Amino acid sequence: MKTTKWLALFGALALVLAACSPSDDDATATTADGSTTETTADAGTPDTTEAPDSGMSAGEGGLVTIFQWQAPSIVNPFLSGGTKDLLASSLVLEPLAEYDPSGQLVPALAAEIPTVANGGVSEDLTQLTWTLKDGVVWSDGSPFTADDVVFTYEYCTQTTSCTQSSFFDGITSVVADDATHVTITFDAPTPFPYNAFTTYQSSILHKTQFEGCVGDELAPTCTEENTNPHGTGPFVVDEFLVNDTVTYVMNPNYRGIADGYPFFGSALIKGGGDATDTLRSVLELDEGDYSWNAQVTPEVVAQMEAAGFGTVQAGFASLVERIMVNQTDPNPDLGDQRSEPGNPHPFLTDPAVWQALSMAIDRQALVDVGYGPSGRPTCNIWPGAPYASPNNDACLTQDIAGANALLEEAGYVDSDGDGIREDPDTGDPLFLLYQTSTNTTRQLNQDLIKANWAEIGIDVELRNIDSGVFFGGDQASPDTYQAFYADVEMYANESGSPDPQNYMSGLGTTGQIVSPANNFGGSNIARFDSAEFDALAAELATTGDLDKRIELVIAMNDLIVQNGAMIPLIYRGSASGLGVDIAGVGDINGWDSEFWNIEIWTRTG
Amino acid sequence: MSRYIIRRTLIAIPTLIAISFVIFIILDLAPNDPTGSLPLTVPGDVREAIREALGLNDPFFFRWLKWMRQMFINEPLNFIESVFNISIGAGEDRVRIVSWSSRSPVVDTIIQRIPQTLWVLGTAFILGVIIAVPVGVISAYKQYSAFDNIGTFVTMVGYSVPTFFTGLLAIIIFSVWLGWFPSFYDTTLEVNSWETFVQQVKQMIMPVAVLALFNAAALSRFTRSSMLDNLNEDYVRTARSKGISENRVLTRHVLRNSLIPVVTLIALQIPGIFAGAIITEQIFRVNGLGQLLIISIQGGDVPMVQTLTFIFAVLIVFFNLIADVTYGLLDPRIRYD
Amino acid sequence: MATAQKTVEQEHGELDAVGARHRTLWSDVWRQFRRHKGAVVGLVLLIVILLGSYLGPFVYPHDPFAIDISVANLGPSLEHPMGTDNIGRDVMARVLVGGRISLSVGITAMLIGVSVGTAVGILAGFFGRLDGILMRGTDMFLALPILPLLLVIIMLFRDSLREIFGPELGIFLLVVFIIGLTSWMQTARVVRGDVLALKEQEFVLAARSVGTRKSKIMMRHIFPNVLSPVMVAAALGMAIAIITESALSFLGLGFPSDFPTWGRLLFDAKDFIQLAPMRVVWPGLLISLTVISVNFIGDGLRDALDPKLRSKG
Repeated sequence: MKTTKWLALFGALALVLAACSPSDDDATATTADGSTTETTADAGTPDTTEAPDSGMSAGEGGLVTIFQWQAPSIVNPFLSGGTKDLLASSLVLEPLAEYDPSGQLVPALAAEIPTVANGGVSEDLTQLTWTLKDGVVWSDGSPFTADDVVFTYEYCTQTTSCTQSSFFDGITSVVADDATHVTITFDAPTPFPYNAFTTYQSSILHKTQFEGCVGDELAPTCTEENTNPHGTGPFVVDEFLVNDTVTYVMNPNYRGIADGYPFFGSALIKGGGDATDTLRSVLELDEGDYSWNAQVTPEVVAQMEAAGFGTVQAGFASLVERIMVNQTDPNPDLGDQRSEPGNPHPFLTDPAVWQALSMAIDRQALVDVGYGPSGRPTCNIWPGAPYASPNNDACLTQDIAGANALLEEAGYVDSDGDGIREDPDTGDPLFLLYQTSTNTTRQLNQDLIKANWAEIGIDVELRNIDSGVFFGGDQASPDTYQAFYADVEMYANESGSPDPQNYMSGLGTTGQIVSPANNFGGSNIARFDSAEFDALAAELATTGDLDKRIELVIAMNDLIVQNGAMIPLIYRGSASGLGVDIAGVGDINGWDSEFWNIEIWTRTG
Repeated sequence: MSRYIIRRTLIAIPTLIAISFVIFIILDLAPNDPTGSLPLTVPGDVREAIREALGLNDPFFFRWLKWMRQMFINEPLNFIESVFNISIGAGEDRVRIVSWSSRSPVVDTIIQRIPQTLWVLGTAFILGVIIAVPVGVISAYKQYSAFDNIGTFVTMVGYSVPTFFTGLLAIIIFSVWLGWFPSFYDTTLEVNSWETFVQQVKQMIMPVAVLALFNAAALSRFTRSSMLDNLNEDYVRTARSKGISENRVLTRHVLRNSLIPVVTLIALQIPGIFAGAIITEQIFRVNGLGQLLIISIQGGDVPMVQTLTFIFAVLIVFFNLIADVTYGLLDPRIRYD
Repeated sequence: MATAQKTVEQEHGELDAVGARHRTLWSDVWRQFRRHKGAVVGLVLLIVILLGSYLGPFVYPHDPFAIDISVANLGPSLEHPMGTDNIGRDVMARVLVGGRISLSVGITAMLIGVSVGTAVGILAGFFGRLDGILMRGTDMFLALPILPLLLVIIMLFRDSLREIFGPELGIFLLVVFIIGLTSWMQTARVVRGDVLALKEQEFVLAARSVGTRKSKIMMRHIFPNVLSPVMVAAALGMAIAIITESALSFLGLGFPSDFPTWGRLLFDAKDFIQLAPMRVVWPGLLISLTVISVNFIGDGLRDALDPKLRSKG
């Protein structure tokens, strides 16, 4: 209804629009080298103050409708409950810099990305100075200054319930040198210092608005601020219905208005339903323009796309669906000692077994059944360029015969003819408890993998746990993925930033092994224990040279994958449905907010 | 009668307190986690800090009493303040029940959802009653006739086919194939012109029809059986043999007596307006109270679930009382004392 | 004299020889039931569905759990009368097995609900002292919002029962108990009302005056006479139990994912409703038919057990 109305009104303009649409080429910077410590600033869009005049007037595009089946509950990223809230806040708030779809850091509220080369980062890698853009104002008209940046740091670090506090790890101080310069000091040399104040998880808050909201007592009481924050982004919140809809109108003080950005004068995020319903609304019924998180089976997607109103596109970042292989023994008889280092697993530490498990899986079938174009089979924990290892691709072809041979040779034979192999040391049949979160696609994958493993003589029991519990991290619960009271578990994880250091180190260093020693708080879920890996991680933490870093990451990846701690399955992209008449989106952004460039989105005739 | 009402009300209070305790215990023991939907990149110690800040680690009784105080004292005071624009004590310092996922007051969120709940579910309820009672009455009067048989069949179908099945079929047929109605409910639509009114009707038709069919079916079965019970009573035979016209027999005697249990059933079903259509709300994205409940349960948002279920319990107890009192008022044979 | 006696004997003999004059309560009920066409159709339908679900899987050659992606998403054919789902499992096999589970849940939950309800109703109606407490308890259960607590309890106990009884039996017990324990209240109320009325009838007074023990009165006199509302409640209870189980599966909270129940099949198929609408229609249709037939049977029973209606025939 609404679409046709606007199409009718701007039919004539459509010709002009087609002739001079905004600089899409700059918007999709496709430099693949993803340089980190040497990022340059001119990959820069949608830095709209430097983009050419769009030839339109801001706000003339009308309404853009976004379906987010997980509805937003709050617009403050620091108190957010998940990506759904971060997305809602990213239309209003901005960080100092954000990632484009290829993983490159581009400035948003900063004037440029500080590097050692341009003097923004000190030689000893312990200090970083951001230069802020001039003349930016908040939506209420007051100027944006370095004080707001400093205040954001204080807000999150002084509120224990701040969900993004890990972004400020390792920082000793954040100081405003003057109105447009902020200096961050780290406690140790940090080759990749760009975690704080970047991405939609760490946007800048307005100091004068949020001053009275710091601390655990006050932060939740600031309902007005949390649902209608002042921002520097293209939109401001007009109406907020919790867990239902958010309506936005154009920010009258947005810096891009003079150049005609944003094209859309208002926005709506509508929540509710499930992935299939919302995707159908966009692709088949043309009731909206964007459908976030389109986790729908491929054949249904294909059928919906046939209607011609839209397509599903995927942005690949670092999300990998993998099977974690428990290197410790989860046997309930061990009581409190279950799944703890010191009790090695009876047979999953044997290379023959986990290699056979990996060889037997038909990864392409998993993708075909569950993911379609938004998934690719993978054998690496970090499959994205430039850190992808070329050494493991043999696993992409399913090899049942080879797996069987491997197990036979290693002594795991089926002595009693029941189709299940036995462990030669204990005589017990090879039985795996395979758990994952409750999710249709995951259950389908479980069924397929169980069938694969049955072909090599392994008995499997499937179990699924409610997502809230599985991912909740409650230390008292036996059902979290960290507790890992199972033999194998499947889930997906990704890095918070395009720099793999924190992520890869967390996966495999002994210090991160989940155990009572660190209050079950580590990220080494598989309980992988390797001195070589620890050495590589330590070296990575102090290496600044990009090529060397790539080498180290590849070595770490190979070590983990070739020693059975994890079986990578699918390289998953963020899939979203997009209406055919929406231009300017470029690639779907898997590293940052999918709405990172919403101000340059337009509607074509 | 007034003694009965007072007695029932007095008994209702400990009942409600007991119910709130039971709800609280069950929710407390449930293994859900409000930090479950945070990205995996959020480390464990931050999650623990969040849980601590939400008050999850406080002792059980303390939390229950805190909730009781917020529910029974703070919230009503706030409500009175906002309705009458007066100020009672230190309004700003009063601690409100805050949702764990949205960090905004629970009662505000519930009030935000009442319009669409009443529009869709209320209309379905009223429509159901309007259809059910005449159909039930006529079916009973002409028992085993063609009308009765068809009516019985249709109501049986309406009563037996699950609403999620009919809802799904309705969307596919009317939204996708025919394109007549939108497939989702736009809560931001403001009705201030003929066009927007038409739009509102269009987005309401399918969920209302699905729900009304179900409500009407159940109610008309009941009306029919109540009428049948009365039509076979001796006094009807007496009235007819006295020469009273059929019309008067029906309206003056049978109908009035049959409708008594029907009215009480209607009163009992009113709480169902608020919580009774969880799956239908999901399918049509109506975002009413039922959908809020499901999201909160899945998200581990205990204060919201607690408050919502408690409100439903209050509604059920209240309308039970209304139903019983109405029954007592309408049926002279019933004496409460 | 002798002739008169003989005539009487002859008369008696004639009567006995004919025998068809014997009328028992249940034959009367059956006769009245048969007159309700819908109820008869419902009974036949239910029997067909029961037989198909419980015996069908023995006869039908396909394995409901066998995955074979090469035959995924096929339409109906001789090999697969209802087609295959998106990972190649035969739909008809799953529908038959699903019937077993759904029907078992329905019947068992109904039995639990009706037993508890009848027991509570009889005790409350018969013993004045227990009446107050039991009725307040019933009110409290009635006031509990069922669905939220159902959802929460399932999430809570799902895993512990799974540990003890295994995945399928564990969730079966959980679902059955929850549905049963949340549906007994209506039965209890109705039975209590009937018992209160029965208690004042002459035959009960007679039994009491003779000195019959209370328990015997309850079992022998009261219980058989409240059977009629109980049976109607049982029919309705089974219908509600089947719908509740399918609703739970539809929300993803029922049996484990590899376990087909009709509700689960509906849930799995709803995404494919445009690609393969019959995959949604089959389980939905079967749920509806089962519930309709049970409701018709309940209706017929109600009519048949009503003495005023019966006496007309």
